[in-house]
Amino acid sequence: MSALLQVKDLKRHYEVHIPEGLFGRKASLKAVDGVSFAIEKGRTLGLVGESGCGKSTTAKLVLGLIPATAGTVEFAGTRVTARHDAQWRAMRRRMQMIYQDPLGALDRRLPVITQIAEPFEIHHPEMPAAERTERSALLMESVGLRPDMAMRYPHELSGGQRQRVVIARALALDPDLLVCDEPVSALDVSIQAQVLNLLDDLRERTGFAALFISHDLKVVRQMSDQVAVMYLGRIVESGLPEEVFRHPQHPYTKALVSAIPTPARRGKRERIVLEGDPPSPVDVPSGCSFHTRCPIAQASCRTVAPQLIESGGHAVACHLVNAGAAPAVQAAE
Amino acid sequence: MTIDTTPGLEPASPAHASGSVFTSKSRVGAFFEAWPPLVLIALFWIGLIAVVVVGAKWIAPYDFMALDLRARLIPPVFMGGSWLHPLGTDELGRDVLSRLIVSIRISMVIAFLSTLIAAIVGVSLGFLAAYFRGRVEQVILMLIDAQAAMPFMIIALAVLAFLGSSLFLFTVLMGFYGWERIARISRGLAISANERGYATAVRDLGATPFRIYSRHILPNIASTLIVSLTLNFPEVILLESGLSFLGLGVQPPMTSLGNMVGYGRDYIQSAPWIMLAPSAAIVVTTLSISILGDWMRDKFDPTLD
Amino acid sequence: MVQYLLMKIFRALVTVTLIVSAAFVVLRLSGDPAIIILGPEAPPEAFEAFRRNWGLDQPIWVQYFKYFAAVFQGDLGNSMRDGRSALVVVGERIPLTLAITLPALFIKLAIGLPAGVMAALYRNTWVDRLIMMLSVAGFTVPSFVLGLVLAMIFAVWLGWLPSGGSDTWAHAVLPTVTMGLVGAAVIARFTRSAMLEVLGQPYIRTASAKGLLWRDVVRSHALPNAAIPTLTIIGFLVGSLVAGAVVVESVFSWPGVGRLLVNAVANRDLAVVQVILLLVGLTMVGANLAVDILYGIVDPRLRIKRLQAGS
Ligand SMILES: Nc1ncnc2c1ncn2[C@@H]1O[C@H](COP(=O)(O)OP(=O)(O)OP(=O)(O)O)[C@@H](O)[C@H]1O
Ligand code: SF4
Ligand SMILES: [Mg+2]
Repeated sequence: MSALLQVKDLKRHYEVHIPEGLFGRKASLKAVDGVSFAIEKGRTLGLVGESGCGKSTTAKLVLGLIPATAGTVEFAGTRVTARHDAQWRAMRRRMQMIYQDPLGALDRRLPVITQIAEPFEIHHPEMPAAERTERSALLMESVGLRPDMAMRYPHELSGGQRQRVVIARALALDPDLLVCDEPVSALDVSIQAQVLNLLDDLRERTGFAALFISHDLKVVRQMSDQVAVMYLGRIVESGLPEEVFRHPQHPYTKALVSAIPTPARRGKRERIVLEGDPPSPVDVPSGCSFHTRCPIAQASCRTVAPQLIESGGHAVACHLVNAGAAPAVQAAE
Repeated sequence: MTIDTTPGLEPASPAHASGSVFTSKSRVGAFFEAWPPLVLIALFWIGLIAVVVVGAKWIAPYDFMALDLRARLIPPVFMGGSWLHPLGTDELGRDVLSRLIVSIRISMVIAFLSTLIAAIVGVSLGFLAAYFRGRVEQVILMLIDAQAAMPFMIIALAVLAFLGSSLFLFTVLMGFYGWERIARISRGLAISANERGYATAVRDLGATPFRIYSRHILPNIASTLIVSLTLNFPEVILLESGLSFLGLGVQPPMTSLGNMVGYGRDYIQSAPWIMLAPSAAIVVTTLSISILGDWMRDKFDPTLD
Repeated sequence: MVQYLLMKIFRALVTVTLIVSAAFVVLRLSGDPAIIILGPEAPPEAFEAFRRNWGLDQPIWVQYFKYFAAVFQGDLGNSMRDGRSALVVVGERIPLTLAITLPALFIKLAIGLPAGVMAALYRNTWVDRLIMMLSVAGFTVPSFVLGLVLAMIFAVWLGWLPSGGSDTWAHAVLPTVTMGLVGAAVIARFTRSAMLEVLGQPYIRTASAKGLLWRDVVRSHALPNAAIPTLTIIGFLVGSLVAGAVVVESVFSWPGVGRLLVNAVANRDLAVVQVILLLVGLTMVGANLAVDILYGIVDPRLRIKRLQAGS
């Protein structure tokens, strides 16, 4: 059975102007640089990584919001392109997105019920107004919004409520794939859990597949069936959440995991502090792009780029791991 | 603008400085702060003009073309005339007030329709430029620059010379006044709206560009557009009355404010009221709309120039 | 700088091309160019020659290029009124228009610039309010109304000046003053906002914070910088001298290009209209180009640099 979403060797390079010397120079910013993954029907892939590693860019590429420099995205067997034609618009019915900033994603001049009903107007113009209203009201209810909020404007709602509106709108047409780009990072910590639980419930009820993006490992872990860790536009490790987070293989993942402040783990494991900032995606280091910060880097890391090699459903892109140390660890599990 | 409180109105004794007196006074102050008197007067005048435009038929005491050769060149009531003709009559005994009312109606209707045309043309081109960017945008920007570089008066005269004048053509022609400013503003606003999330979000829902622009972007930028249209309106009135004054705009037997002034100039010595009445109407109306527009701009949209 | 100039010159040429093309298009829209240019009473052999000359039997784009060639050779047809070359007919009137528009330009600047600067310096005081009120009045009173009111006062009531004609210098006074006052309002408003913009800049506040006399700050830093945006509007006014004169010349029966244009439009003397259209277009483009070149010379960035280096 082929996956619902199949992403192959996806790249997105931005041409940027660097103010340098007399005229500056043009350079290529490798926001996403060769990413492959697949999402099965009804499953959720979590994507984690530091700010700027290319998560949002990946999300936009997957939905065909921006054109890819190279690589392919296939959704239910159809190529996803970024040409915004009728076919592209029709495809929106089956793939939707939830944004980081719900206030920005809503039109501040329309009552929220109108905005929730908009997908019906767009894709089912023949639907009678009464049915539209009824279904929108049901949607509101299903995302936990009170009926009296229907005629409110976005700025009259709290951040969590706004995100619920965005979620209701995205789910209006029962999409097969929902891309959530940091859906809770703009929300108050106390509300984050509520919205996450809501998404979880809805997923259980409606069975959409999801690409769930966050820089918060705990959130990703809660939401995902599979996780992928991104660094500088590439996936460096992927696998089941328990595998990846309990037994991280890649030095970068290890550092990320060790940074989670968990009472249970305190004292058990040393916190690995990464030195320096991530390098600029304009000048990606040669070889393993992580070698500038890797605590166990070797000479060969500087020249040869490691491949993402899978073994037992757990894939890692690191010379040391793939040279044999890792299989030993895995075998022990 | 701040309203000075006159010292003489200060409460005379502490006993009088009770809460109620104080609040009622500051409430009046707050009212005038929100609605400066000049703006109120301007609004009142605009309301009056609106009534005249709508009800010209019923308000005008005489038919504006009716001749009365026995009642020629009667001065207005405050210059020794009678209430029969409050603003006097002209050389042919036509009632100046009635003519004024009809002229106001025609001038305003032309200005309104023209501004509407300018709005449609400007917004459409501005949106097209914002949507297509690239080459289409360059062409539209070039048109905008070319239009802005040429005094519109000259263009209007040339078109009138080449194509002749009819009321329809004239209104359409006036409709091209100011489109370039509106196009420029709409383009800028639409581009920044596009960069805001809501337009992208609706696009990602699968909305057509037409829907995005008409349902979402247009309502979001409407207040700024309305302000700039309000500022365009008096300029169209001036242009129309100028051309009609020159005898190249609205043609007799139709009459407009500019026509009346043009006709009245021949009687500047013997019957100055023929010319002064429409002149005053033009000045007070354009002034009122400008005051209103400036005020709206300061209040709603300080970024617009 | 050279690139900047070339760019500007290129744009100017594009605009000229657009204007000439627009004239071509409107000319075609309005009927048979032979009749329009030569007049309906021209002899048939003239029509023949004209059609052959301008290649009216050829495809439209060939005609288009021929039209351009004719325009650049000054071959713009004859006036329908007296059959003389339209170029000559218009040319004769230019000095008369300049005789009132140039002094009017002087009045505009002499009143408008100081008024705008004063309004900005005394922002939100009664000085500012008064000047701005007069300026708004200047915007909303049409020039024909102002002209007629001035004529009524100074010609009809006081009898000091003639109300129309062009026989003596006294005839030029009212049209000049009318145009000057209206234009002064425009310049005052523009200068004020340019000045306010400059006065709000950090370098002005720095300069005055450094203890420089406010007067010196204004004179040596604020004014030169405010002059730059003001140049644009002055350029526009210079370019639109003829346009501004159309109404006023008609009010005072001053026989300049503006009045000629009104008469030509009324009589549909298209050759004359076309010449004036091109004349206005060229002055406009020329004035804009001049302003752009001046811009390049008094580049604000250079000024700011000098300011910082000097202090
Ligand atoms: N339109 C663009 N032009 C140029 N560079 C861009 C553009 N969009 C993103 N980038 C760059 O691409 C890289 C990846 O950006 P992206 O938004 O995908 O990161 P992210 O992982 O989502 O980060 P965050 O967690 O902060 O949202 C960044 O370095 C960013 O600066
Ligand atoms: S390949 Fe080398 S540098 Fe890269 S993560 Fe592994 S050990 Fe570190
Ligand atoms: Mg992001």
